[in-house]
Amino acid sequence: MSDAAYAGRRRVNAAMLALTAACAAVSAGVLLAILAYIAWQGASAIGWSFLVNLPKPVGEVGGGIANSIVGSIQVVGLAGLIGAPVGALAGVYLAEYGRGRFAFCVRFAADVLNGVPSIVVGLFAYALIVMPMKRFSALSGSVALALIMIPIVLRNTEEFIRLVPGTIREAALALGVPRWKVTLFVVLPSAGRGILTGALLALARVSGETAPLIFTAFGNRFWGEGFLSPVATLPHTIYTYAISPYEDWHRQAWAAALVLMAFVLAVNAAARVWLKPSRGAAY
Amino acid sequence: MTVAAIPGPRERAGDRLFRLTIAGFAGLVLLVVLALAWQLARASTQTWRTFGPAFLWTSTWDPVGEVFGALPFLYGTAVSSLLALLIAVPLGVGSAVFLTELAPRRAAEALMFAVELLAAVPSVILGLIGVFVLVPAVRAVEPILGKTLGFLPFFRGAPYGVGLLSASLILAFMVLPYITTITREILLTVPRPLKEGMYALGATRWEVVRGVSLPYARSGVLGAVFLALGRALGETMAVTMVIGNTPKISASLFDPAYSMAAVIANELAEAASDAHLSALIAIGLTLLAVTVAVNGAARLMIYRLERR
Repeated sequence: MSDAAYAGRRRVNAAMLALTAACAAVSAGVLLAILAYIAWQGASAIGWSFLVNLPKPVGEVGGGIANSIVGSIQVVGLAGLIGAPVGALAGVYLAEYGRGRFAFCVRFAADVLNGVPSIVVGLFAYALIVMPMKRFSALSGSVALALIMIPIVLRNTEEFIRLVPGTIREAALALGVPRWKVTLFVVLPSAGRGILTGALLALARVSGETAPLIFTAFGNRFWGEGFLSPVATLPHTIYTYAISPYEDWHRQAWAAALVLMAFVLAVNAAARVWLKPSRGAAY
Repeated sequence: MTVAAIPGPRERAGDRLFRLTIAGFAGLVLLVVLALAWQLARASTQTWRTFGPAFLWTSTWDPVGEVFGALPFLYGTAVSSLLALLIAVPLGVGSAVFLTELAPRRAAEALMFAVELLAAVPSVILGLIGVFVLVPAVRAVEPILGKTLGFLPFFRGAPYGVGLLSASLILAFMVLPYITTITREILLTVPRPLKEGMYALGATRWEVVRGVSLPYARSGVLGAVFLALGRALGETMAVTMVIGNTPKISASLFDPAYSMAAVIANELAEAASDAHLSALIAIGLTLLAVTVAVNGAARLMIYRLERR
């Protein structure tokens, strides 16, 4: 082989590797640019009064997003109360008894549900709750978000329970502990940290969901009145403000985006630290 | 590892109750998926009865006259998703190669964290950036593209900014993390002896990547691409905010268009007639069928890989 041919191959090598480095730089750079831009735009519009006041009537400058923050906590909180236990218990079933055709079907159904677009899940909640009740409600929004959470929590729980060594189960069973107690009080706590983190990540993900809330929780310019009436949520408020023609609302959309982004970032970073050798389970 | 495989004494009553209870929760998941499809089918029967399957290939969308055809939405969804993949796949696979083969471990971990965080950014926030940053930028670039590549039908027309091009760009960055993460995970499983064998023959790093790693990872990458396609097809907010929301079919990427998810998001809450509502839900059912098919294919590919 001639030296010239080898030099040529070396050049191709360097060029292609540089290209892959450029790809990685673009991928990570986009995230940094997004975060920096939100921080820059949001910081100039955010303040204490913005966080604790209700929106002003249309056309007046100022006002806040307090009702959206409370509404989001309400809707996402209820979604977590429905979605996390269902997902976790179904995950326990798959990990502990998950053989045979039924388990395969459940696992496949969970993966299918995970891939269903959030707007279609919203349509389901709409057909299931909004249409019969003939009114938009916080409850229907929570149900939609819970359905999005379930498959994420389920697969995450299953994965973490499988990591619990069999010897721990056998030790407890050898002491004569009934199997259900072994599962609930020995296996589940040893996987607890992973399961909880997964549930938190799922919560962070649905707290940014907008599409299923447009025609379920619907939005509201005042405080919500319980779970059976429309309520404002943070992502939905960002959406309506962003596409509105008012300059002041655009400013507020950036500030609200900063609040939402800070929450999502905080949960993700906390999960990262808490669960040191982590693997993203959000898919 | 389950204990169930070991034949033991008869199941205790408490154990049985517990098993059946959590099996009920697992069954609930199955039930939800079936109920979802059934509800959407039931709520859209009116549309399927009136228009039949032609609903999918006619292109009149007239809520006032109650004539509905979904073709412009199908077209917008398909074109924006495919174009997004065209941008995201090379970028994602390239990043994954860099992260596994070149970057020092510490740097790779930091970069992976950044990529995973990109997946965690809510789509409405990406849409916000799309509206105020990406769309003006695209509007500025479009005349230049038109001048240089205007001989192609894809790059003609007035520079609106909003349209298929903006939607595809924003979608590309939304699916990029999925492609990068999954491809990297598969590249990490390439057996060392294979690579070392090729290095021993004097191959350069790039030749090893091209000759061993990428062919080994091919089916997994294909699974990742399908998974990303499933995400892109159903993505709503960011697309709704930048695609222009005009039910027209045009070859030019500069022109405003519409997508299936976007029309549901925009019109459902204000749908006045039952026919309109039913047509929107019929679009939702179509979207469900397409994404389930795409995701099912992706999952089967990945299941097969896991068994290997």
